[in-house]
Amino acid sequence: MTQNNRLSGGQIDRNTTVNFRFDNRSYTAHPGDTLASALLANDVRLVGRSFKYHRPRGLLTAGSEEPNGIVELRTGNRQEPNTRATTIEMFEGLEAQSQNRWPSLKFDALGVNDLFSNFLSAGFYYKTFMWPAAFWEKVYEPIIRRAAGLGSLSMEADPDEYDKGFRHCDLLIIGAGPSGLMAALTAGRAGADVILADEDFQFGGRLNSETLSVGDQSASDWAAQAVAELSTMPNVRLMARTTVIGAFDHGIYGAVERTGDHLPTLPAGKPRQILWRIYTKKALLCAGATERPIAFENNDRPGIMMASALRTYANRFAVTASQRVAIFTNNDDGHRTAADLHAKGVHICAVIDVREDAPVNYDYEVLSGAQVVNTKGRLGLTFVEVALPDGSTRTLECGALGVSGGWNPNVHLTCHQRGRPVWNEDLAAFVPGSNLPVGLTVAGAANGVMSTQGALQSGMDGAVEAMELSGKLPDLPEAEDAPASQKPFWYVEGCKRAWLDQQNDVTVKDVKLSYQEGFRSVEHLKRYTTLGMATDQGKTSNISALAIMAEVAGKSIPETGTTIFRPPYTPVPISTFAGRMKGQEFHPTRLTPSHYWAKERGAVFVEVGNWLRAQWFPLPGETHWRESVDREARQTRASVGVCDCTTLGKIDVQGTDAAAFLNRVYANGFAKLAVGKTRYGLMLREDGMAMDDGTAARLAEDHFVVTTTTANAVSVYRHMEFVRQCLFPDMDVQLISTTESWAQYAVAGPNSRKLLQKIVDPDFDISNDAFPFMACGNITVCGGLRARLFRISFSGELAFEIAVPSRYGDALMRRLMTEGEEFDVVPYGTEALGVMRIEKGHAAGNELNGTTTALNLGLGKMVSKKKDSIGSILSEREALVEPDVLRMVGIKPVSSEEKITAGGHLMNSAGPVDAAHDQGYVTSAAYSPILNSSIGLGFLKDGANRMGEKMRLVSPLTDLTVEVEIVSAHFVDPEGERLRA
Amino acid sequence: MIINHPLLGPRDSSEFTYLGDASLIDRPDWQAENAAEAFYEYGYLRDNPAGKHQELWFHEAGDRSWLVVTRDTTTHEISKVELARDLARARGRSK
Amino acid sequence: MRYSGFRVIKEALTGHKGWKPVWRDPEPKAHYDIIVIGGGGHGLATAHYLSKVYGQRNVAVVEKGWIGGGNVGRNTTIVRSNYMLDGNEPFYEFSMKLWEGLEQDLNYNAMMSQRGIINLFHTDGQRDAYIRRGNAMILNGADAELLDADQVRKEHPYLNFDDARFPIKGGLVQRRGGTARHDAVAWGYARSADTHGVDIIQNCEVTGLRIENGKCLGVETSKGFIGANKVGCAVAGNSGRVMGMAGMRMPIESHVLQAFVSEGLKPVLPSVITYGAGHFYVSQSDKGGLVFGGDLDGYNTYAQRGNLPVVEDVCEGGVSLMPMIGRARLLRMWGGVMDMSMDGSPIIDRTPVEGLYFNGGWCYGGFKATPASGHCFAHLLAKDEPHPTTTVYRLDRFRTGRMIDEKGVGNQPNLH
Repeated sequence: MTQNNRLSGGQIDRNTTVNFRFDNRSYTAHPGDTLASALLANDVRLVGRSFKYHRPRGLLTAGSEEPNGIVELRTGNRQEPNTRATTIEMFEGLEAQSQNRWPSLKFDALGVNDLFSNFLSAGFYYKTFMWPAAFWEKVYEPIIRRAAGLGSLSMEADPDEYDKGFRHCDLLIIGAGPSGLMAALTAGRAGADVILADEDFQFGGRLNSETLSVGDQSASDWAAQAVAELSTMPNVRLMARTTVIGAFDHGIYGAVERTGDHLPTLPAGKPRQILWRIYTKKALLCAGATERPIAFENNDRPGIMMASALRTYANRFAVTASQRVAIFTNNDDGHRTAADLHAKGVHICAVIDVREDAPVNYDYEVLSGAQVVNTKGRLGLTFVEVALPDGSTRTLECGALGVSGGWNPNVHLTCHQRGRPVWNEDLAAFVPGSNLPVGLTVAGAANGVMSTQGALQSGMDGAVEAMELSGKLPDLPEAEDAPASQKPFWYVEGCKRAWLDQQNDVTVKDVKLSYQEGFRSVEHLKRYTTLGMATDQGKTSNISALAIMAEVAGKSIPETGTTIFRPPYTPVPISTFAGRMKGQEFHPTRLTPSHYWAKERGAVFVEVGNWLRAQWFPLPGETHWRESVDREARQTRASVGVCDCTTLGKIDVQGTDAAAFLNRVYANGFAKLAVGKTRYGLMLREDGMAMDDGTAARLAEDHFVVTTTTANAVSVYRHMEFVRQCLFPDMDVQLISTTESWAQYAVAGPNSRKLLQKIVDPDFDISNDAFPFMACGNITVCGGLRARLFRISFSGELAFEIAVPSRYGDALMRRLMTEGEEFDVVPYGTEALGVMRIEKGHAAGNELNGTTTALNLGLGKMVSKKKDSIGSILSEREALVEPDVLRMVGIKPVSSEEKITAGGHLMNSAGPVDAAHDQGYVTSAAYSPILNSSIGLGFLKDGANRMGEKMRLVSPLTDLTVEVEIVSAHFVDPEGERLRA
Repeated sequence: MIINHPLLGPRDSSEFTYLGDASLIDRPDWQAENAAEAFYEYGYLRDNPAGKHQELWFHEAGDRSWLVVTRDTTTHEISKVELARDLARARGRSK
Repeated sequence: MRYSGFRVIKEALTGHKGWKPVWRDPEPKAHYDIIVIGGGGHGLATAHYLSKVYGQRNVAVVEKGWIGGGNVGRNTTIVRSNYMLDGNEPFYEFSMKLWEGLEQDLNYNAMMSQRGIINLFHTDGQRDAYIRRGNAMILNGADAELLDADQVRKEHPYLNFDDARFPIKGGLVQRRGGTARHDAVAWGYARSADTHGVDIIQNCEVTGLRIENGKCLGVETSKGFIGANKVGCAVAGNSGRVMGMAGMRMPIESHVLQAFVSEGLKPVLPSVITYGAGHFYVSQSDKGGLVFGGDLDGYNTYAQRGNLPVVEDVCEGGVSLMPMIGRARLLRMWGGVMDMSMDGSPIIDRTPVEGLYFNGGWCYGGFKATPASGHCFAHLLAKDEPHPTTTVYRLDRFRTGRMIDEKGVGNQPNLH
């Protein structure tokens, strides 16, 4: 198909022709086109269907405010729904589909909704579909949901990459129209660090759409020259295709740069879009203005467009929407469109001006005091019906109608911190209010300065003020300087269906109905009618609707209220906010020094926070995880096992007050711990709940090493710093996290000492006498490697933990395995670790769940009352020390065949099974290969006094009831003989 | 947001972890007559002002200082940033 | 005026001339039996139940802005009763039952859609906690189901099962959970309360509480003093401010929670989904927008807006969990001010000031509680004793140690 609607001139590259497809038909276009201009060039006016009534819709605008021309761009896993045709930069091979229609754009079955529109008035759904109640989910809602929505997702993962970045500047200029360019020139020449960002791929804003001159150049040439000068300045960064989406606190702006959307395919390794956080000292909003429509009967037909958009298409893209165009306006700007199109040889049927004193023109007809009262053309405009001042009507045959109701400043970013715009009577528009984001000022049309000359001046002034410049300023070129005043004209009286929000199908009548039903606040209006809630966020409709609401209420517009805007300025792909933090990269993965050793051994890994830990080490022939875990636990208890416990938090505590400090942090006492000894420590939160447990080893008078659980390593360190800096600032104590500095291994089992003796250097005696239970010390291993040895046990066996500098972790693990061969050493993972700690009755994360006190955990006696420690006072509140508080107990099935389920609840052996009779719950469960039984730990009301009681463990969720016996939590070696061996 | 760290200069707030009202510095005396009530109020009751708020931020991804930031909870404007340790000392905390 | 399909048709055929304002616009009287401060979901629901269930005829709701403009108008619309603790589950299940009959009760279609909610788990520890929770739900008479990874995949094949940093191991499902049209909830309650004689007074900001000799006599407002026998405060994020007028410090901090909606899309999500390894929960509205949220910004604030790091964090979670939403666009973000309590659970109780009652501390779970909160607060205001499901929502529970802490994070509101 040829480009029948192409005009002369324009800023497109006519030397190159590119091919694109829309709804599976092929067309041609030129670089510099948007999809919208290319469709118009090829005489395609029908591009979409509206949301509710599925009315045929064409392009309304030429910019990002577009409500109608939204399409599914690209195909396969790159399909991108709801993409504005007006902002899609043309590229070779572009493919787009219309959306929200079935079976085709020209014949859409749901177009039938339009016939019933009278029944589907604003908010009708709140008044019906209530009977019968069950029908909502089953009948009504599925139908509504299928009909609603706009474009579709591919349902495949987004294959593209996205980046994030940070930039800093003295002055961020948002928008590169006349005011933005002039501001950038002013600040740039003065040496300021400037970022100039514009959503368009071509800088210049309206200058590219107008035939005006600036100085002795055409407006677009002046813009091009300004850009050329700016691009030579090292202190100025030009960011095209970059939308500043939001103004956040303290001068931080979010911006999205579309680095790849204009390319047929992304170069390898390049991102599709980049989310920038721009840190600014000052920002200048030069976002221009958006033309507003006039509402009239059937004003939504394809071919009815904003007059300024017609001008953009003609002057910048060399395209007309039709060869026969009429204009409907209430201001002089509409006449400009007629003049420009006429100059390009387009037939102007008439300019219909609501004003009695419309400017005269001899090239084409001007109908003063006239109004468009209706239009015709099912899939595209064919006729407009005009009411003349004498009461007669005239029908004009035309394929496009340009509508101009005046201009609204683009104040959006000024509202992002909930500042409210104010009504300007002269402009009949909202302009930025006084409550702007700190550091932001506004220039040009965005600030209500509507002439080109005014915009240039205002941009320069804005830069001068923001950067506090003095001295010689650049000369301003001369440009159009028409006075700006608008007399508002919102809608044509007497119309039945005149659209305001074209995408969501909100009409003038809906606004009136909203008022009639009491939804009179602007926010109620929006929510009740859905006005302004569509993908364009009401950029062309909000103000008109507000004006109509004011009129119905008999109030002024400022009295009626205003609506503010929220980020983002235009919609942003969710992928862009996510950046590279997705899939495997969602969170960093932390690996212990012996991770690759474990991998070689075929370990199965499990995520523990950001760490990967070996869960178990399957051997050939083992088909079920339990086989591996049982073996690891048995072999450890029988001989010796090694477990990587590097992930435990480690905090170095040094200083003359180190012991006093730990005495405050831990509920139990540390002041008297001897050098060379380790102690189990229970840390409470200030509210008396157990926060974490671990050990503190006293390596010297003024040096402790504290361990924390893996999960709480960060929060415990933070807490200890809080205690140190905020509560006891004069204590001589220093903290540093050394979690990453030391690789640490538990060596457990009756042969653990023998194994360690093979690697610990002979200078160090680790016999039971020289190095008894809870001893600790600095040692060397393997011929001089410094190490730390702790005789502590989580499994209940004779056990040690040995730490070496991280880079030796892998080597140490390999050495332990080699040296341990004679003892049949086994590496064990977190599962066997868990089995053994449950057998021993050690509380862990499942028990330290943030709602348990020391008393609940059976550690009440540890809370020293003789000293000040965090959490001690609040742990004594009445409900926390009642006689029947939950106590940690052991649980085992009466029949060893049965299984204990973590998460099950405990009920008395007889009586009702319901929440009112709940006695407690199971926190941890495991199969004990030593006891040949499933066992569990849990909390039971008054549990300490219920040993031996038979109860029911119920888990209705998993359909289980098991008869259980309450036993001591210490299933294995309750006297602790093994660990002291 | 940007927090102007007294030692390190302006830092993005995402480097910090927030705790809450700086009154958490004023931990009561555990041996006082009314310690139970005082700790309850300390632990649980807040002024929660709409306006200037002194609050604790921890420079977790930085130098691990606890800071007291004076910030307006209606505008987010930050008017003062101090090292919590200095403030704690000024409020009479010691060992 | 009764709403029905028939009525809609009749009005359509007669030019919609018969529709009446959904609520009156009365001037305040000099004195009411009961004044409810706050025309949000909870305040309006309280008014509805006060007038319809508890027979109170002389009631006013005073609202500083427009009704439904607080958190009921800016949330992610989720309704569920999947709590773990004995203090919470009966209350939220009571609320769920009220939701199930809400439209018929109000004669207003709040589009309560029981499409189900799934909380995904990714570790054994999470699974154990969810089993405990699911059991608690069932033992309290609610519904719960545990799905393994295969079952989750069958119902939600678009989730990330191939390349997940934290693989999905299963989920806890409540089929009766779902969503409701949040604005309609406020409007439906307002309409009903108004019909039953409640004065809903908009643009009437409370500027002070008149308290003499330890008794609350009424409220000072931008429209003058309004006397009352009892005053109930249901102002969510503004709890600190209003109760501060009575000289009370509360176990509450105000924080902002951001929420997000995407552009309209054809149906992709059948139910509400909560990610267990990141800050992200999502549902799809009837209009087709993905409605999603995540974590608090984390700092005290009364500004109804947040900052970029949380936006990014939420979207990172979203794309990690369901990579197919990546090319959908985020259309709008907003913030609501949450009354974060010290244990994450609410307070419905008398206060030390006679005649002054408090309803707050809803954290970011207030929407689903709206019906029961209104019902129970109405019970308290009308009968001066707590409703059986709220006897534990006491103001002094922190003093006595009876916290209701689902998450187990203690007295740090921004962690709940």
